[in-house]
Amino acid sequence: MSMRDFSSEHFVLEDGSKIAVIGGGPAGSFFTYFAIDFAERMGLDISIDVYEAKDFTCAGPKGCNNCGGIVSESLIQSLSTEGVVLPSTVIQRGIESYTLHLENGSTVIETPLREQRIASMFRGFGPKGNTDDKISSFDDFLLGLCQEQGARVISERVSEAIRTADAVTLTTKDGTKARYDLVVGAVGLNGKALDLFKSICPSFEPPETTKTYISEFQMEPELIDKHFGNSMHVFLLNLPNIKFGALIPKDNYVTLVLLGTDINMEIACSFINSKSVMKLFPRGIKLDDITPCKCFPSINVNGAKLAYDDRAVLVGDSASSKLYKNGVGAAYITGKAAANTALFNGISAHAFKKYYQPVCSDLDNDNKLGKFIFSVTGIIQKSHLLKGALLSMVISEQKKASHKRRMSSVLWDTFTGSAAYKNIFVRCLNPLLLVSLIWNIIKSTLNLIFKKK
Amino acid sequence: MRNSKLGRLYRDGEIVIHKGDEGSCLFVIQEGKVEVFDENGGGEVKIADLGAGEFFGEMGLFEKDVRSCTVRASGNAKILTIDKKNFYKTIQKDPTLAYRLLQKMSFRLRELNKKVTQV
Repeated sequence: MSMRDFSSEHFVLEDGSKIAVIGGGPAGSFFTYFAIDFAERMGLDISIDVYEAKDFTCAGPKGCNNCGGIVSESLIQSLSTEGVVLPSTVIQRGIESYTLHLENGSTVIETPLREQRIASMFRGFGPKGNTDDKISSFDDFLLGLCQEQGARVISERVSEAIRTADAVTLTTKDGTKARYDLVVGAVGLNGKALDLFKSICPSFEPPETTKTYISEFQMEPELIDKHFGNSMHVFLLNLPNIKFGALIPKDNYVTLVLLGTDINMEIACSFINSKSVMKLFPRGIKLDDITPCKCFPSINVNGAKLAYDDRAVLVGDSASSKLYKNGVGAAYITGKAAANTALFNGISAHAFKKYYQPVCSDLDNDNKLGKFIFSVTGIIQKSHLLKGALLSMVISEQKKASHKRRMSSVLWDTFTGSAAYKNIFVRCLNPLLLVSLIWNIIKSTLNLIFKKK
Repeated sequence: MRNSKLGRLYRDGEIVIHKGDEGSCLFVIQEGKVEVFDENGGGEVKIADLGAGEFFGEMGLFEKDVRSCTVRASGNAKILTIDKKNFYKTIQKDPTLAYRLLQKMSFRLRELNKKVTQV
């Protein structure tokens, strides 16, 4: 990694500085939104160009960023505090509970205060073939906010990035060249675009990935209300490679997300055709007939290394994400942290190492605990006895006051991405939770023994 | 209102916070309007009308005192609650989250100063 001239004053943004953001998804938009906001507060006149070749107002792959489409409770609260209220055309459905499905039963876990605190949405203009004009793209909304603040969106693909003495020069596919003081990479897990950054961040190592599965089921809103309600349905089933699956109701679609390791069509089919999943859909419905699109997108399972250099930084999935959930939340955290560093601390590799890297490291370290938590849920998934104990514990908790629903809140945060894994892990060690779990395991064991007799 | 807004639905005239109650959260209006008023001697003095994107109850985040005003929905309104605990945990990691809150509180203080001067 180059560490050219740590203290040099020319590694700061000043009036007239130009920033390029490659990628107009949530990470790029959050960086842009906050960079402009911070600059305005400091009285600094900067300009930002966002390069985004995708048109988020197109249905299907043309406008899609391959995501389940959940904005977590914690992100909703942060955005609301920042003054960003998601418009009703973007929110496909306000989620007010989640339903946990195991082979041996289901239970509903409600949000605190029974509010709709999680939003389901589409990143683009809905699935392939969608013509429903009630749908607005989440990514398009965020990009629009940036444009309102003064950012310029350039609908071109960047083909080359070259570092010069005091800038980075970008060349687009049509041959246009532009010089920037800072280049921000918000290119997700796009291999070609990540390679582009290797030329200006030679020590950068892209994140490790695995394949997941996403598909959509088109249904009438009334049918979705009846069969799914405003509840996110989470499945902990004993199926190979699948850590967990979720059915996310939207206005006239239900999105299926399968998270785990290297999920393929065979694994996805075994999940879709399982009893626990099929019983949720109207009887006799042929799911293949109502599936306009499906895909196997990659997710970040191990953060990138050294995702910055002088005048260059990567954000969102290209740098660090949250394991299995809340990718949009990680885009917000990293995008804002990079903007914060660039505006308040400078744009040198040294500044990014000191002020931005710790934020990414926090996410990466938290994911290590996340892997441990999911290895424990993996053990529960395989054990009928433990699943019975978990289910009876959660069901009995629903009759108690909300602050006493310890396991329910742990599961809520594990599957919705509303809290850090560290926070979840600490709450798992609560003696009252452990005593209650052990008691429920004993009860389930006795039940099994008596049933056998 | 369909299911496309977050928060809890308050019907027209429904009280969101009551003067004198203990407060420990901030409210952000997602859709609709609320009116803020003070109750004294059986009468009501209207203080403000607030709409989508605006917040109220911020004093409850910073003080241990009771709510200083009553707020009720003016028409149906969807309102999201920001828990004090979550707010402080988040702000501990990212202090810039408080900028807008400070900006709004500063604006409200300026408005109040204007009113006092007029009186």
